[in-house]
Amino acid sequence: MRLRYFAWLRTRIGTSAEELPLPAGVATVAGVLDWLAGRGAGYAAALDRRDVVRVAVNQEFAPLDHPVSDADEVALFPPVTGG
Amino acid sequence: MIRIATAAFDSGRELAEFIRLCPASTGGIASFTGLVRGGGTDGITALTLEHYPGMTERRIAEIIETAHARWQLDSSLVIHRVGRMLPGEAIVFVATASAHRAAALAACEFLIDWLKTKAPFWKLEETSAGERWVEPRAADDEAAARWA
Repeated sequence: MRLRYFAWLRTRIGTSAEELPLPAGVATVAGVLDWLAGRGAGYAAALDRRDVVRVAVNQEFAPLDHPVSDADEVALFPPVTGG
Repeated sequence: MIRIATAAFDSGRELAEFIRLCPASTGGIASFTGLVRGGGTDGITALTLEHYPGMTERRIAEIIETAHARWQLDSSLVIHRVGRMLPGEAIVFVATASAHRAAALAACEFLIDWLKTKAPFWKLEETSAGERWVEPRAADDEAAARWA
């Protein structure tokens, strides 16, 4: 799976993108967030405000129950603040 | 038309070019320019805009499609800056052209309201006290919700 992080999720995790094999049993956006939160202190810090984290799967906004597969690009970011 | 700008742009020049390219049916043009706000109590010394290349352009294209489905527009243009910029520089420019002013004005306001709340951009402010990621504003969400 290709993972991408933006804004303060990127700075807390310490990288803007990485390729990680999707663990067996992880099948939804919520599962990805749970899995990543357990990968270390930076991930845990990035995901401690889980309610404000937004997710896109293959560049489309996705809810927590959206399915994911190893071929997907999954992006994590805070609420947008452009314009 | 959509453009992600990595360097400073001149919104006056962009508006003049937009007007020049309008079809003969156009009777009214509206535009909005958003600037990096300096001074005041914020003490912002610079602003960095981060985006999600690919998704950002797709989301803006969808927002523009929504505007064109809702109002009779001859043309529209969205320019959004990314990277580091200074107070007084333009962050965003929206222009709309229509046969009559009502559609151009409403669509222009709609586009900036939805750009602020539905396209993946994130602002990092630099101040004398350090850097901080800008939090979303409830007023922006309320402005966007008016068009639902």
